[in-house]
Amino acid sequence: MVDVPYDAVIDVPPAEVAEVDLYHPRSWWTRYVFSQDAKVIAIQYSLTATAIGLVALVLSWLMRLQLGFPGTFSFIDANQYLQFITMHGMIMVIYLLTALFLGGFGNYLIPLMVGARDMVFPYVNMLSYWVYLLAVLVLASAFFVPGGPTGAGWTLYPPQAILSGTPGQDYGIILMLSSLILFIIGFTMGGLNYVVTVLQARTRGMTLMRMPLTVWGIFTATVMALLAFPALFVASVMMLFDRVLGTSFFMPSLVEMGQQMKYGGGSPILFQHLFWFFGHPEVYIVALPAFGIVSDLISTHARKNIFGYRMMVWAIVAIGALSFVVWAHHMYVSGMHPKFGFFFATTTLIIAIPTAIKVYNWVLTLWRGDIHLTVPMLFALGFIITFVNGGLTGLFLGNVVVDVPLSDTMFVVAHFHMVMGVAPIMVVLGAIYHWYPKVTGRMLNDALGKFHFWVTFLGAYLIFFPMHYIGLLGVPRRYHDIGEAAFIPSSTHTLNAFITIMALTVGFAQMVFLFNLAWSLFRGRPSGGNPWRATTLEWQTPETPPGHGNWGKELPIVYRWAYDYSVPGAAQDFIPQNQPRATPALQGAAP
Amino acid sequence: MVVAIILLLVAVGSVLFHIYSPWWWTPIATNWSYIDHTISITFWITGVVFFAVIAFMAYCVFRFHHKEGRQAHYNPENKKLEWWLSIGTAIGVAAMLAPGLFVWHQFVTVPADATEIEVMGQQWQWSFRLPGKDGRMGTTDVRNIGPDNPMGLKRDDPHGQDDVVIESGELHLPVGKPVKVLLRSVDVLHDFYVPEFRAKMDMVPGMVTYFWMTPIRTGTFDVLCAELCGAAHAQMRAKVIVEEESEYHAWLEKQQTFAELSRRNAVKKATYKPGEK
Repeated sequence: MVDVPYDAVIDVPPAEVAEVDLYHPRSWWTRYVFSQDAKVIAIQYSLTATAIGLVALVLSWLMRLQLGFPGTFSFIDANQYLQFITMHGMIMVIYLLTALFLGGFGNYLIPLMVGARDMVFPYVNMLSYWVYLLAVLVLASAFFVPGGPTGAGWTLYPPQAILSGTPGQDYGIILMLSSLILFIIGFTMGGLNYVVTVLQARTRGMTLMRMPLTVWGIFTATVMALLAFPALFVASVMMLFDRVLGTSFFMPSLVEMGQQMKYGGGSPILFQHLFWFFGHPEVYIVALPAFGIVSDLISTHARKNIFGYRMMVWAIVAIGALSFVVWAHHMYVSGMHPKFGFFFATTTLIIAIPTAIKVYNWVLTLWRGDIHLTVPMLFALGFIITFVNGGLTGLFLGNVVVDVPLSDTMFVVAHFHMVMGVAPIMVVLGAIYHWYPKVTGRMLNDALGKFHFWVTFLGAYLIFFPMHYIGLLGVPRRYHDIGEAAFIPSSTHTLNAFITIMALTVGFAQMVFLFNLAWSLFRGRPSGGNPWRATTLEWQTPETPPGHGNWGKELPIVYRWAYDYSVPGAAQDFIPQNQPRATPALQGAAP
Repeated sequence: MVVAIILLLVAVGSVLFHIYSPWWWTPIATNWSYIDHTISITFWITGVVFFAVIAFMAYCVFRFHHKEGRQAHYNPENKKLEWWLSIGTAIGVAAMLAPGLFVWHQFVTVPADATEIEVMGQQWQWSFRLPGKDGRMGTTDVRNIGPDNPMGLKRDDPHGQDDVVIESGELHLPVGKPVKVLLRSVDVLHDFYVPEFRAKMDMVPGMVTYFWMTPIRTGTFDVLCAELCGAAHAQMRAKVIVEEESEYHAWLEKQQTFAELSRRNAVKKATYKPGEK
């Protein structure tokens, strides 16, 4: 009836696994701190990312307080506002989302889902985390130096970023650039691991086209990150030289506050090209793991195979490739050659097609499913709504001439928060509810989870949906205070105050979530090994949480794809990937 | 059930908010109503898709949520359906992209009869320059900028002598005449942004950028900076006054030319020599 790929892997004996040296930890330090176990590294990455993410959350409250009630809070001035938005943006995009999806979920899930014992280079994997931690500490130290962190905006556009009219010009910008350089070094070590592990360490029978979409998403995003981050690395090094050594890579002849500067011959637009050559793939570095994970959440909790698996894989790869030729859609009004607009608008809108296919296939997976409205499923539904909304507003901003009035307004802020803020975070939260039982052996509290979902989803939607209209009106972004302008009606201030109250409410719900995480660790209901009755390998481990080496003596063998849910004639509504096909008791869906 | 209703309410609420929102684009003041039309087309297409996807999803949740004994349908692929959806999406995308590129072509094609004017940004104020009687503006260099030459005009360029230089004041424009707005910055990125004009463009030190437009109605409009330029970014304001041509010329007559400005400064220097009281 269907031609889902079933390669012939029948009756292959288990791989001979001698007692290989798995760098078994010999002390408390090597087990929990300097651990080379990908699962421990994943938790370290996740906790660090969450900690710095909480700083970004608090910064968002402070900036919303200023926007909602300008002039009320004397401790927030224009300089600090710019510092808050800069640090908030950079932390969320790089130090939280990238680190959490790749360093956190990637480390935990890749070896388990492909049936490997660990990442292929465990020592380098450990170094990756420690360099990441150093990058986070360098970044956070900017709050404590004279002049504070940089306020150049997360895009760090020169010449502004390194001139004295911008806060944090003394040390903040130097620390920011140094931290980015460190982050990229750390990420490269981890990223090489994820790619090589997927390509080299899959267990017997785990063909590429049998991998869960989670692995496809993380794998493709990692390949992209390895190709995109070097552009940011180069840009950061050059700007650091411009700031510290007085070179002029990005600095033309200029007059600052009436003084002729010694710079000359550099190009500010070159920086923008380098930044967005990294920056646009970065959007998909965050989005593709979310796409993959949410596919698995929907399939598992709707008890139905993901619809159109091969098209989903193809779409992930196509989006990954296309995302390298769309970067200048962030620069339509930058002053680059206007003819570029034709090319970049066309590529950008073409990327909507594979993206739309993914959305269709998610909702078609729900069609005729057996939808369990668990907390992970609710977050997946919330993801679809926010992602569709944010994706569609991307069609405004990608279509060059429509972008002209909307660029640099609050419309852009609303768009990217919806599409790469709220939507991926919906997936992160859903994924935590989904895999927490595997990591800890206990379920998260369901009632608290539902409360957390509804407040977060509806609250975030009420923050960012109306914000588009403030932008449509013409209010620019990165203004700490709109001030007097004839075109802005006073009702805008009321809306801003409403958005601020929503932001604080959503923030409060995250505290409930953190409480749930801590409380359930000790008091949560024991989950057993496979509480969601899922098919993928990580749920079939002999121990929960999985021990070092993941699989005990023998590696699992994979006989089927990851989505055998509700197979007609099967005894249960799921068949694990490592269950042989020809057993008489349980008939698979063999064609 | 409840979940399905809430999901549907999100979709319905979004559409109602869109219809009744008091926050909408400002009344347009230039020839770029084409841009507004393209936005409208995009709103229609994306709005229909948004509502259809969310409503379908809400229906699935309503119709197929878990009940005792329900079994999901096993259906890995449907090539035909996937291809039709892809083709439909491609048509929708083309329906937005085609008008978009058509208008962009107009946007980057400056009419030959457009008058050139110049806007210069610096932290944190605007300066303007209009061509004098010869209809041409003189050349500039950022290295010439000094207290008596704020826009860095070249002193030996004859075209520059009659240029009208307006420091941190108001820009006047005649209604109905196409203008090519040349944009310069002397320090960091800025962006000359008047919401009612729709057009905007970054100003980049070291190069000259531009856009063109034809003002179609008179009035006074706020100028804002739309590209982050440092601490006082939000306070970098000016005004553009679009007026009938006769009023514009009356105003222009009263403005100082670069030559007059230099002479005045020279006189100042002669009058207040250091040490002289």
